[in-house]
Amino acid sequence: MASNSSGSGSQGRAPQRLRIIAGHLQRPVDVDATVSAAECKAQGGEADVASDGKSVPKRRQEIMKWNGWGYSDTKFLFNKKGQAEFTGKRYKLSGMIIPALKEWMEGTFGTNMQHKSLATPALTRTAVQPPTLNEAFVEELKSTGVPFSHDAEDRVFRAHGHCLHEIFALREGKVGRVPDLVVWPNCHNDVVKIVELACKHNVCLIPYGGGTSVSSALECPQEETRSIVSVDTSQMNRILWIDEKNLTAHMEAGIVGQDLERLLNESGYCTGHEPDSMEFSSLGGWVATRASGMKKNIYGNIEDLVIHVKMVTPQGVVEKSCQGPRMSTGPDIHHFIMGSEGTLGVVTEVTMKIRPMPEYQKYGSVVFPNFEQGVACLREVARQRCAPASIRLMDNEQFKFGHALKPQVSSMFTSFLEGLKKFYITKFKGFDPDCLCVATLLFEGNREKVLQHEKQVYDIAAKFGGLAAGEDNGQRGYMLTFVIAYLRDLGMDYYVIGESFETSVPWDRVLDICRNVKARIIRECKDKGVQFQPFSTCRVTQTYDAGACVYFYFAFNYRGLSDPVHMFEEVEHAAREEILANGGSLSHHHGAGQCCAAWAEVMESGRVERCGTSYSADTTMC
Amino acid sequence: MASSNAYAQRDPMLKKRDDFEDILEERRNSSDLRYALKCYTPALYKGVAPCKSSMLKSMVLQSDQLHYVIQQVSKETGRQTDNVQEEVSAILDEMAHSLQLSTVRFFAFTLSKIFKSLFKSIRVNEEGIQRLQQAIQDHPVVLLPSHRSYMDFLLMSYLLYTYDLTLPVIAAGMDFMGMKFVGEMFRMSGAFFIRRSFGGNKLYWAVFSEYVKTMLKNGFAPVEFFLEGTRSRTSKSLIPKLGLLNIVMDPFLKGEVFDVHVVPVSISYERILEETLYARELLGIPKPKESTSGLFKARKVLSEDYGSIHVYFGQPVSVRSLAEGRVNRCQFNLVPRHIPGRPDEDIHSFVNDSAYKLVRAQEDNMVLKPWVLLASLLLQKQAVGQEQGTALDELTAQAVWLRDLSRQYGAFLHWPDQMTPSEVVSSSLSLHRGLVRTCEGKVQLALEHEGGAVGPQSAAALEEKLLSQAVIVLSCASYRNQALHVFLRPALLASAIHAASSNQKQEVFNSFSFLRNMFSNEFILCPGATVQDFEEACYLLVKTGTLQVTQKEVLVNERGHRTLAFLVSMLDPFLQGYQVVCRFLCEEATETLTEKQFIPAIRKFIIKHLLAGRLRYAEVLSSDLQKNSLAAFLRLGAVEKIKGPIELLIVFHT
Repeated sequence: MASNSSGSGSQGRAPQRLRIIAGHLQRPVDVDATVSAAECKAQGGEADVASDGKSVPKRRQEIMKWNGWGYSDTKFLFNKKGQAEFTGKRYKLSGMIIPALKEWMEGTFGTNMQHKSLATPALTRTAVQPPTLNEAFVEELKSTGVPFSHDAEDRVFRAHGHCLHEIFALREGKVGRVPDLVVWPNCHNDVVKIVELACKHNVCLIPYGGGTSVSSALECPQEETRSIVSVDTSQMNRILWIDEKNLTAHMEAGIVGQDLERLLNESGYCTGHEPDSMEFSSLGGWVATRASGMKKNIYGNIEDLVIHVKMVTPQGVVEKSCQGPRMSTGPDIHHFIMGSEGTLGVVTEVTMKIRPMPEYQKYGSVVFPNFEQGVACLREVARQRCAPASIRLMDNEQFKFGHALKPQVSSMFTSFLEGLKKFYITKFKGFDPDCLCVATLLFEGNREKVLQHEKQVYDIAAKFGGLAAGEDNGQRGYMLTFVIAYLRDLGMDYYVIGESFETSVPWDRVLDICRNVKARIIRECKDKGVQFQPFSTCRVTQTYDAGACVYFYFAFNYRGLSDPVHMFEEVEHAAREEILANGGSLSHHHGAGQCCAAWAEVMESGRVERCGTSYSADTTMC
Repeated sequence: MASSNAYAQRDPMLKKRDDFEDILEERRNSSDLRYALKCYTPALYKGVAPCKSSMLKSMVLQSDQLHYVIQQVSKETGRQTDNVQEEVSAILDEMAHSLQLSTVRFFAFTLSKIFKSLFKSIRVNEEGIQRLQQAIQDHPVVLLPSHRSYMDFLLMSYLLYTYDLTLPVIAAGMDFMGMKFVGEMFRMSGAFFIRRSFGGNKLYWAVFSEYVKTMLKNGFAPVEFFLEGTRSRTSKSLIPKLGLLNIVMDPFLKGEVFDVHVVPVSISYERILEETLYARELLGIPKPKESTSGLFKARKVLSEDYGSIHVYFGQPVSVRSLAEGRVNRCQFNLVPRHIPGRPDEDIHSFVNDSAYKLVRAQEDNMVLKPWVLLASLLLQKQAVGQEQGTALDELTAQAVWLRDLSRQYGAFLHWPDQMTPSEVVSSSLSLHRGLVRTCEGKVQLALEHEGGAVGPQSAAALEEKLLSQAVIVLSCASYRNQALHVFLRPALLASAIHAASSNQKQEVFNSFSFLRNMFSNEFILCPGATVQDFEEACYLLVKTGTLQVTQKEVLVNERGHRTLAFLVSMLDPFLQGYQVVCRFLCEEATETLTEKQFIPAIRKFIIKHLLAGRLRYAEVLSSDLQKNSLAAFLRLGAVEKIKGPIELLIVFHT
């Protein structure tokens, strides 16, 4: 659908504007790695950016994988020489050799290059159930002129998020219940019409934004006999207006993060909201799942950024009548919209705060002798309320993981420097390589303030034994979060399955929860017969006044296990149980979805508060 | 029977227990000095650096928990915080251990000498040691030995030193501190001292619990304490005390450690050093205060033979597994963890159940010697008045019968199979020659039987004679008691059948349940496990061909009467004890009976009845039994305690 009203997507200017994503994704332009502006998507005018400057076409299959993460042209593989390589041209790491990855995988998971578990190459259309169409609904829909499709591929694409079990099933070519129809509304009024028709004809709607849900929110209920319609908002992707006086912008909810930032950048603004999934996740999804962005320390989480929301519910359109910055008339309707995860309605338009683009950005990193010291440092930074735009603390395992992802260095000099650095830290400073951990930092603002701020943070770090470890390490840390989802696909080619989950927890519990959850994962895997100790790691990714957000990764080699996905889910369940027992929340930003349905009872019993998150909104709305 | 599967694992044939190694053997063959000076490098918990006691103290003093309580106490009493802080330091100095390797080496040397002269062997299950070693490296560990002798904690440290394991820190009663020099020696070998009672002292409790938790959380050393709280004078396991168990479980429940492993250790002595001391104490002859000179006098025990010791290190029990599905740990999420709080009802019941499980694990792994069976038999015979004693071969035959029965009930019996039964019996009898006498091929307890012709004796002399007989009986009973846990459930069932008015299963169950409830201060009976215990008892008695249990009825087999009679006699002394306490309370208790007066009064009452021949068991003189029965009657509401300037006991005549 042509939908190019507002964001004049001239590719000529885009390269200068794409600072945010570029910071994480771009190819190395220069070894000096302050975020120099370089293009991410648009370099060389690949077909990935549609002619109107938008990244997501109606037919997602044109550029994206049907059974894995992200773009079809981008993936990790082991080349003929047995070296790991990242294909494509989209990311900074693209086209590079990653020499240490193979050894790391073999050492961490006990994988063997000979033992592969490859995915089914293509979707068998016959595996997809024929659609259950509600003829009356389809007839009336036709008369509205809203485009729709019941093509098998279109439907399968909208039947899943990126939970492990969803991707695992797709790789095996298994498709469960999928939506019977996909509609692409082009504007708010289209959604109003669709919802009206759905009510009239008793059809289920599942709103679909970017499809990056990791909480099973997009899964169609197996037992549903009515026709299920997926409402794909991806074509509602315009910036309708920018109000420079009030520093707000009004957007359609289907716009994905990277487009939103790029288009705002063209006018010299940004929202500063950067969840790790921002390449694909949509604004509506953020609102519906109470998303959190990497730079929330400066810009705030989605609930701080949203000024106004329009949501279409079966009872009509819900919205506030003004754009006042704060109101005392409660309860605030935003409180039931945010975190409703698509169960109450479809978010169609959002007004958000915008900020002038930062003048200067700088990455940084600090090495700590151990995780305890690192957490103490973060706590102090939070106490003094001087957290940079982003501050993250990776544990030792993740630090080593990050190291395994270092691309091949071309010059002798660089590798000599690396060696020297390592020598200094481990031998001269006496850091134990099996204990040390690293904090990555991102500063943003005007140059002078950034440098001042940087000094303040490094001074605090020094009190906790932290040593500044360079911008490179910092930047690579952030890159990791963008490529990790691609890495999971590589792992799955070699019998490794993994997942991430997150929580928020009071400060005094941070160390305990990290230790206990990691240990619980290891113990559960051992009890369930996993031969090789799982990879179980965490990082503290956000700091707040009263606590922190902790992000866990775990993965293991499932070779020889009869029902790996089931086992995996049991371990994950145990890990969540451990989180709750240690005073953590069910989720900091992923949302509850259906993954956590098992906890519904716990939540009702009043002890656990439901938290929201990152992506595409969904769940049936009838 | 539906229950048969559930208890199949109790079948001794299936229950694989580890083998034992004698550690004294090596001591007899190589230099003790070299042993005491050996290279001692235990593997530590996750590689923590060993912690100096001064460092430990400062960690405790700086903890949030103590800060909070100090502030609170200072606010409540109006004292300066510095002043409270000083008190805290003083408490800590009084309490803290100061483990020194040189002292440990000194003990290693002297104890080697002492052990070798006292005991034939000290047998340890080395697989248990290996499990312990692994546990110490993976988790904070709590050692829970059974407590039958002063020897226990020295022995434990000695063993851990021998096997190159981290030495434990041991919770010891303050009374040891009274023994000047020795108290300090114990402190330097890893003991820390706690006051016997400090109920209301918030500050003391805070220091104490923080001290234990700090050691545990950081995994500096295994924490050792006695779940039973004190030495059991009767060799029955005592009802567990929960205070310390609560403290060591707390770091897990609050998420401060991933897990805590608790290792029950069963130490069984073939002959207990304090044998007659205990009996005297139970009869009201006061125990000498622990003193260095007392210990010195006790050296005459060194010249006697005390047989062998078996030490069984049980399977480490994960507190995490115990709590799985039992405890909702989220309850600790809403209050900062450094603020002390009373445990909820469900935590209390969880700790209580765990404590019972652990004591039962201790009981289960307790090694029984043949003498235990002989003592049971001889006591029963003495009670029915076999004045001339039992022929040796008859006793042997009965012992073999009892051996087989107890094995079927799952007893961990150490019966030397390479010897003939009569050799086994006579060697047991000779080890315990102080308690039994063999003359003209007849065996009986070594009670003083003066010929009847001496003529009338004064009441005092009669009483004295009675008490001296009671010393022998109670000593013997303490050996029989070692086997009580094996026979307890079947014996309760046997007595229930005996007491029930019909064969109806429900009737028998009710009677079982009543007895079990009444005796729950006396024996280790897990709270709320009446049905399981009943089924277990049925299963065992059916398996051994004693009973038939149908849907409705419980029937005694023809050949089951012997077993049943034996089992009933096992509990009989206790039943009679409770009856006599009951009678005393009904007949003699006046309005003004205080708890303090209770023991002397009932003792007088019982002596009177014993001398008059109205009571069969001298055992009922045991103050342990009397206290337990009073506690049971209080619990059951038959007696009420009225708090006041003096505590009065009021009896309800119901």
